[in-house]
Amino acid sequence: MNFPILSTLIFLPLVSSFFIFLSKNENNNSSIYVSLFSSIATFLLSLFLWYSMDLDVPDFQFVEEQSWINDFIKFKLGIDGISILFILLTAFITPLCILSCINSIKERLKEFLIAILVLETLMIGVFCSLDLVIFYLFFEAGLIPMFIIIGVWGGPKKVYSAFKFFLFTLLGSVLMLVAIIAIYWITGTTDITQIYEIKIPKEYQNLLWLAFFSSFAVKTPMWPVHTWLPDAHVEAPTAGSVILAAILLKMAGYGFIRFSIPMFPLGSEFFTPLVFSLSIVAIIYTSLVALMQDDMKKLIAYSSVAHMGYVTLGIFTLTKQGIEGSIFQMISHGLISAALFLCVGVVYDRLHSRLINSYGGLVSYLPKYSIFFVVFALAALGLPGTTGFLGEFLVLVGSFQKNYLVAILATFGVVLGAAYMLWMTKRVIFGDVKNEQIKSLKDTNKLENLMLISLAFLIIFFGFYPAPLIETLNAPVDNLINNYEQAINTTNLVNNDQ
Amino acid sequence: MISNLNILLPEIFLTLSIFSILMIGVFTKRSFNLVFNLSSVILIITIFIILNSPTDETKIFLESFIRDTFSSFFKVLILIASLFVLNSSKNFIVDNKVNKFEYPIIILISILGMFFMLSSNDLILFYLGLELQSLSLYILASIDRDNLRSSESGIKYFVLSALSSGLLLYGCSLLYGFTGTTNFDLIANELTKDNTGAIFAMVFILVGLAFKISAVPFHMWTPDVYEGAPTSITSYFAVVPKVVGLALLIKFMEIPFKNILVEWQIILIFISIASMMLGAVAAIVQKNLKRLLAYSSIGHIGYALAGVATGAIPGFESATIYITIYVVMNIGAFSCLYLMKKNGEYKENISDLSGISKKNPVLAFALLIILFSLAGIPPLGGFFAKFYVFTSVIQQEMYTLAIIGLLTTVISAFYYLRIIKTIYFDDSVITFDEVKNKTAQITILLSCGILLSFFLYPSFLNEIVNSLFIN
Repeated sequence: MNFPILSTLIFLPLVSSFFIFLSKNENNNSSIYVSLFSSIATFLLSLFLWYSMDLDVPDFQFVEEQSWINDFIKFKLGIDGISILFILLTAFITPLCILSCINSIKERLKEFLIAILVLETLMIGVFCSLDLVIFYLFFEAGLIPMFIIIGVWGGPKKVYSAFKFFLFTLLGSVLMLVAIIAIYWITGTTDITQIYEIKIPKEYQNLLWLAFFSSFAVKTPMWPVHTWLPDAHVEAPTAGSVILAAILLKMAGYGFIRFSIPMFPLGSEFFTPLVFSLSIVAIIYTSLVALMQDDMKKLIAYSSVAHMGYVTLGIFTLTKQGIEGSIFQMISHGLISAALFLCVGVVYDRLHSRLINSYGGLVSYLPKYSIFFVVFALAALGLPGTTGFLGEFLVLVGSFQKNYLVAILATFGVVLGAAYMLWMTKRVIFGDVKNEQIKSLKDTNKLENLMLISLAFLIIFFGFYPAPLIETLNAPVDNLINNYEQAINTTNLVNNDQ
Repeated sequence: MISNLNILLPEIFLTLSIFSILMIGVFTKRSFNLVFNLSSVILIITIFIILNSPTDETKIFLESFIRDTFSSFFKVLILIASLFVLNSSKNFIVDNKVNKFEYPIIILISILGMFFMLSSNDLILFYLGLELQSLSLYILASIDRDNLRSSESGIKYFVLSALSSGLLLYGCSLLYGFTGTTNFDLIANELTKDNTGAIFAMVFILVGLAFKISAVPFHMWTPDVYEGAPTSITSYFAVVPKVVGLALLIKFMEIPFKNILVEWQIILIFISIASMMLGAVAAIVQKNLKRLLAYSSIGHIGYALAGVATGAIPGFESATIYITIYVVMNIGAFSCLYLMKKNGEYKENISDLSGISKKNPVLAFALLIILFSLAGIPPLGGFFAKFYVFTSVIQQEMYTLAIIGLLTTVISAFYYLRIIKTIYFDDSVITFDEVKNKTAQITILLSCGILLSFFLYPSFLNEIVNSLFIN
């Protein structure tokens, strides 16, 4: 196919944001329509991509290649079964964010929409790029719009959070940049399909793995560098939190699967215990921290850290179930955390409080809202029949094959997850009405229903029928594991010979 | 002999036109506008003369003067930079009553000095060019002579710069003593590692050059002079002499000192790391934008020096690309200062920028682009500058330099972010006057346009720069 469909997908939101930028009048409606139209078009385009993909082949498809910097870097794009799911997630979440800001963003709506659309371009770019430098470019550039979103439209401590977010992520990423350049001088290319073939020498792998890890660990975020996430989540506006939780965090998990494991199989094997221990700490410790939160957004933020702990755990089990479970968990967490943040946003727009204490007994006055909230909370704790269950289940199956102790400890996290989610639901939705204002609150309107129903539908649909997602993943994940085992076996053989 | 003069055509043209506009300035009344516009025209014509001259390498006057693509590139760069610096600052010059007709003429004279520096292949010609440039810069620093701070900065610059010139001259004389020649090519043949005296000379010459580009530890004058001099002069100081200083450093490494690179490299690595660190840390506490830009420029010179310190052709190329993008960013940043006017007074404190994103959205957005680019965040131009430098540094396996350099970018990102925070997150306190300064606005637009669209075709600059170092 000659038509550059991936570039179209990437740059469609950017171009439409440019149109919004040029529109001079203060008429916000037109900006909303333009951004909504372009983001939905992006979503349809990505659905079309999914539909027209060949799912039985593990290779990259729709590959586009263009010379970019002479004899040095090529602008190379391509997708496989793993990336298409993240692209779909991104393209699905963005229109919801745009819808949500109609209610919640009161000033400078135009700039906000521009920031969201630019961010969408960069996020899709991350999932499409097949060149390390292009990947880095998209990965880092996302900091700018997110910094602005948190800083301009955020809550009272927005400056601190925005700075913390930016500097933490930048600090992690510069080491990755060093590693990328080093890889270029070792292998002579930054094209990852070629690097997969060339195989990086053993003595470099551990250091390079660590450099990539420093960036992805901050972005995931893994304990102990997770502290930026609660701050950023709490202060960001609803749409910002949704994007942050649903997509930005997934870039790191995607990075582990796309870069760390296939490029540095020996490094990945060497550092698996490190990742396991950090993941376990993340799962247990942050779940305990989440129990003690009195701010709803903070609680969901800590639960994100715990859920991402399962993701890193699953990826580094390096079993088929583990990796597929991790990807499934990322998609599921993308939907569920987006839904929970939207739920918090709904009541925040009405009462301007995120504290659990200021709510209670919502079920009598906001019945529709309460249904949604309970469904999403149950999905977050991993109730069978929702996507949350399948992701965690597969990860645990994968980790039982590798390490019993780790798997058992991770299972405790499931219980803790149920504890903080149910406790929050009890305090917010049920119980006595603590605040007289609640009695005068209006239930969800049509727009909010639309957003929440679409999320709830997907969460339950894929919870019962995960086959479409898993089938998309099968071929590339098999390929990934085969290549990994091959690399490990060859080195073992070489070691035995000596 | 006459055919040799063709090679000197840009210099001859520049000299003659300086003399003629000097006469025009002296004999016509209120001649500032006329002289100013004429000098812009002269700059443009000189650019065309250089672009139309042949690109082969020619040495004349006992091989003391060289014309090659290397010198031509830097000449065109400083001409374009001066053109934009001059024109964007015209309103500022008039408003601050420094609109004396000597102003553009002295700038032209300093450019003439730089031309000779860039084309020198001989210590004497190099030193003469340097002095011509420095003397003009002393005058420029104190051009607002009724202003205490401007005069003070002029004196400060003069005293320190004269000292460094003296050291440099001493180095030159030592070099002559130990090698018996002043010609760069001959020096390169004579110099070996065993020549301890020549290494002494090298250190003195390095000190002189490091002073001109305000690299740590010879940076002390920079913040004071930047703050004291009128903004229009500061922007000239921040851009043009730095380009020349860096070009000369590359030239010295490439020709006369190529046999003692290792000694030279150790010092450069130290200077580079020190500049990056100081530029990052000291700028954090600054409240004045000009002072902040001074420290930021020290840091940026550190990054460019990291490229030079590799001592290899890819490193020189990356440093050249770095300084070119640095010029674009700094011209844009200083042009923004010309638009910050309140009640007829130009503002230069960071706090004056509070919340301007609401009332001057375009200026705010331009500053956003320029500042993120200065911080080196992709996909803006500043990122590519850093990327090329660190690519060449890592190629030489100087990992420590690369990691320290990249960590300082994180520290320096903090103060750029602080300005962006002031612009975008804080509440607005003052409303700037409507400034009708078309040239500054066009300059900002161009600078932002280049920085934003650089990622579309980044090899453009590479192709030009690669051709400079082919021999």
